Amino acid sequence: MAREGLTINPAKTCQPIGAMYAALGIHGCLPHSHGSQGCCSYHRSTLTRHYKEPVMASTSSFTEGASVFGGQANLLASIETIFSVYDPDVIAVHSTCLSETIGDDLQQITKKAKDDGKIPEGKYVIYASTPSFVGSHITGYANMVTGMAEQFAVSTGEKTDQINIVAGWMEPSDMREIKSLASLMDAKIVLFPDTSDVLDAPQTGKHEFYPKGGVTIDELRSTGDSKCSLALGCMSAEPAAIALDKKCKVPFETLDMPIGLSATDRFIMALSKAAGKPVPASITAERGRVVDVMADMEQYFYGKKVALFGDPDQIMPLTEFLLDLGMKPVHIVSGTPGNRFEKRMKEILERAPYANFKNGAQADMFLLHQWIKNEPVDLLIGNTYGKYIARDEDIPFVRFGFPILDRVGHSYFPSVGYSGAMRLIEKILGVLMDQQDRMALEEKFELVM
Amino acid sequence: MEAKVLIPDPSRIKEELINKYPAKVAKKRSKSIVINDPETVPEVQANVRTVPGIITQRGCSYAGCKGVVLGPTRDIVNIVHGPIGCSFYAWLTRRNQTRPEKPTDENYITYCFSTDMQEEHVVFGGEKKLKVAIQEAYDLFHPKAIAIFSTCPVGLIGDDVHAASREMKEKLGDCNVFGFSCEGYRGVSQSAGHHIANNGVFKHMVGNNNTPAEGKFKLNLLGEYNIGGDAFEIERIFEKCGITLVASFSGNSTVRAIENAHMADLNVILCHRSINYMGDMMEVKYGIPWMKVNFVGAESSAKSLRKIAEYFGDEELKARIEAVIAEETPKVQAIIDEIRPRTEGKTAMLFVGGSRAHHYQDLFAELGMTTLAAGYEFAHRDDYEGREVLPKIKIDADSKNIEELKVSADPELYKPRKSEAELEELKAKGLEINGYEGMMKQMQKKSLVIDDVSHYESEKLIELYKPDIFCAGIKEKYVVQKMGVPLKQLHSYDYGGPYTGFEGAINFYKDIDRMVNNPVWKLIKAPWEKEESGSLEASYVTQ
Repeated sequence: MAREGLTINPAKTCQPIGAMYAALGIHGCLPHSHGSQGCCSYHRSTLTRHYKEPVMASTSSFTEGASVFGGQANLLASIETIFSVYDPDVIAVHSTCLSETIGDDLQQITKKAKDDGKIPEGKYVIYASTPSFVGSHITGYANMVTGMAEQFAVSTGEKTDQINIVAGWMEPSDMREIKSLASLMDAKIVLFPDTSDVLDAPQTGKHEFYPKGGVTIDELRSTGDSKCSLALGCMSAEPAAIALDKKCKVPFETLDMPIGLSATDRFIMALSKAAGKPVPASITAERGRVVDVMADMEQYFYGKKVALFGDPDQIMPLTEFLLDLGMKPVHIVSGTPGNRFEKRMKEILERAPYANFKNGAQADMFLLHQWIKNEPVDLLIGNTYGKYIARDEDIPFVRFGFPILDRVGHSYFPSVGYSGAMRLIEKILGVLMDQQDRMALEEKFELVM
Repeated sequence: MEAKVLIPDPSRIKEELINKYPAKVAKKRSKSIVINDPETVPEVQANVRTVPGIITQRGCSYAGCKGVVLGPTRDIVNIVHGPIGCSFYAWLTRRNQTRPEKPTDENYITYCFSTDMQEEHVVFGGEKKLKVAIQEAYDLFHPKAIAIFSTCPVGLIGDDVHAASREMKEKLGDCNVFGFSCEGYRGVSQSAGHHIANNGVFKHMVGNNNTPAEGKFKLNLLGEYNIGGDAFEIERIFEKCGITLVASFSGNSTVRAIENAHMADLNVILCHRSINYMGDMMEVKYGIPWMKVNFVGAESSAKSLRKIAEYFGDEELKARIEAVIAEETPKVQAIIDEIRPRTEGKTAMLFVGGSRAHHYQDLFAELGMTTLAAGYEFAHRDDYEGREVLPKIKIDADSKNIEELKVSADPELYKPRKSEAELEELKAKGLEINGYEGMMKQMQKKSLVIDDVSHYESEKLIELYKPDIFCAGIKEKYVVQKMGVPLKQLHSYDYGGPYTGFEGAINFYKDIDRMVNNPVWKLIKAPWEKEESGSLEASYVTQ
């Protein structure tokens, strides 16, 4: 049944949580939610369940009065309270559907805070407009990252040999891996945002309100002088690269997020070219190990049908990787709308003309489940909510994307780069082979596989 | 009673908690931080706005309405009217377990429904889309009931969810459709949403089905949401005792049961904060008294069962309940005997909910642990000080916006279950009939009572008191644990439970034992970071 009004089991959530996540990737930053308390509480809860880590953020605590008369007083009061109690270097304010609907202007209010002397010397308040009724959590992430670039980057007129890498929505483990690859290549980069060492902080017996990780303000300022930007993801990262180009004339290249073999290949080549450094042998060897496993285990992948759901910048390279593995991505949904996304998917799916793909309105997990019932699959890939479909249909399930609320690992082990490709291979093989073992008749139960 | 463990001077601690705040904030917070005296019970400022910018535990009205009260009923299709997030975040995150009688029975708990409001709807209105969504939900599932929940923009743009619901109810014919104006900005916390939910359930569901309920001792369980299977354990005990559970508000409940709830002869209330309105309204309209009980803690469960027996005044029931208690108690006692030597003398803090911070103190007491400080996230003064303060509570602007239903006796269905004299007699026997004594009378002298505790205050408290365990929710969990102190989640139970009744008490004792005595807390420092390890280099030199 086609639906027009009702979304059932969404494959997306709203903008502000993306803005909150992005803001946690600035060192010494307190994300601030300009809206009702519930928004902040829900976002913190969801991020906390996903990371099993402290997620600090504040709220303008709107009541009915603020909703009628505007939220300026609440935001000004918040800024004052936050600097005196929590002493951040930066407050990153994002809006909500409530403050957007009443028309609060964050630029004007933060300017007023500055004019009124509510922002201490050397401290910053940045903002991003993130109405929940536009786009998805990915849009909110992109808007906050764009806000960082626009509001911090400075062009001194003298270019450096630094490369900006704008991280699309990825895990702290992924950001750590990107930095590690760049360091292996001896490329000088600044990665932003950077949630590694923020949302994977060690247990030390002490709670660091502002953990040691995060891109620093100085680093963000320096992005305006970088020689170029690589945006990892056309949906979640490119808008910030465009903003940097506009403001500071930093040319950029947009790449798929480096998930799987081919997308990582392109990233490595782009980074090598941008840095003017050859690809080190260690990276080539790591790639070789991935291809080796792909070849050794090809029989378990080839022709297997896969259903997947999630966020655009992860779905695109993942679909390509599944094709590289010889698998058949037959059903794909993402709640996030976007022309760039649709166009790129069309290119990737030229190799899979059989695939059902839908994004945007009513592209939800209920639809995906219906598709799966009509054409069953061998594997399901997506966030935690997929476990209900996997259980109903008895499909091997790999957790991938956001949020993952019932397993750990995603924040510690990368999905990007060649080591990320290896991890995905191991996870996919693990669930497929476990299923084969579980379903095998006594006489067909194999020792060696 | 003085605390058994040494506690620091609370007035100094109170100073420390607020001295970093700007003057105005400090003044406001100081009224919500109170040094307890169970004899004289000081006033606590509660149910007031959180200072903007303060990191609070609180959520919103929508969370209280959809998430808490309506969420657990399995056969209502709950459609959230608004942008996608609100429905997404409340999707399966509250662990309301439910057990349909037959596998083919309706269960929508695992679904998330939303109108996914877009910019065009904010500009031109979303009612049309809402009605389409209701029709689609009906066509797909044919549910008995569809509930609509308003999110922040809905109230502001003026969508009338009540009119849309009425229209669709009429159009569909065999589906009860009703709306809730539970926009997130209403009130100061989840509490406003509880009240709005109570009103809606009372208006649109209770009383719809007058089929007499079977059974001799018929009651409703109010304010029990079956998190981690809590209601299952209470149901097990009731069944053993021969008590008929007509309806539960709302753990493991169905539309039919709630519609039939007015056929019960008693309402027992667990979470006073979230559901006391329902108790009051059912008393006025149908003549069913309510009684405060507590099934958190083995002793409290036994006490509550005895109160129920006393209420019904039936000797056979009393005997059966005593037999059940006698059967259940040895299992519980065996576990206490084993665990208590490891928990005795340890300390706890509880900052959670609107009733849990009170009730869970019973379980800690059973383990020989002391509650040093406690407070609620969204309660009112009566939950702290007892319902006798109700006439003294000033109704502020935020509370005034929440509708108070005008309820009167139903001309046909009002039937007082007990006479005034009988009720007085029961009260004299210590039954909390239509009453609740609150948290503070049970807490020790000089313990701290803090309403709507902030993140800053929690960290300070831990630093100053070094409790053995801290109870709060998911947002606090890993912050506190990073400080080397285990945090027990009392919203989600850390995915364990049930914690009610006798089986639940056993689960809780074991969990607390595991948490406070877990070897991991001694592994935080690397061997080379410990002072006594000396210098590795030096030891090599001497070899």
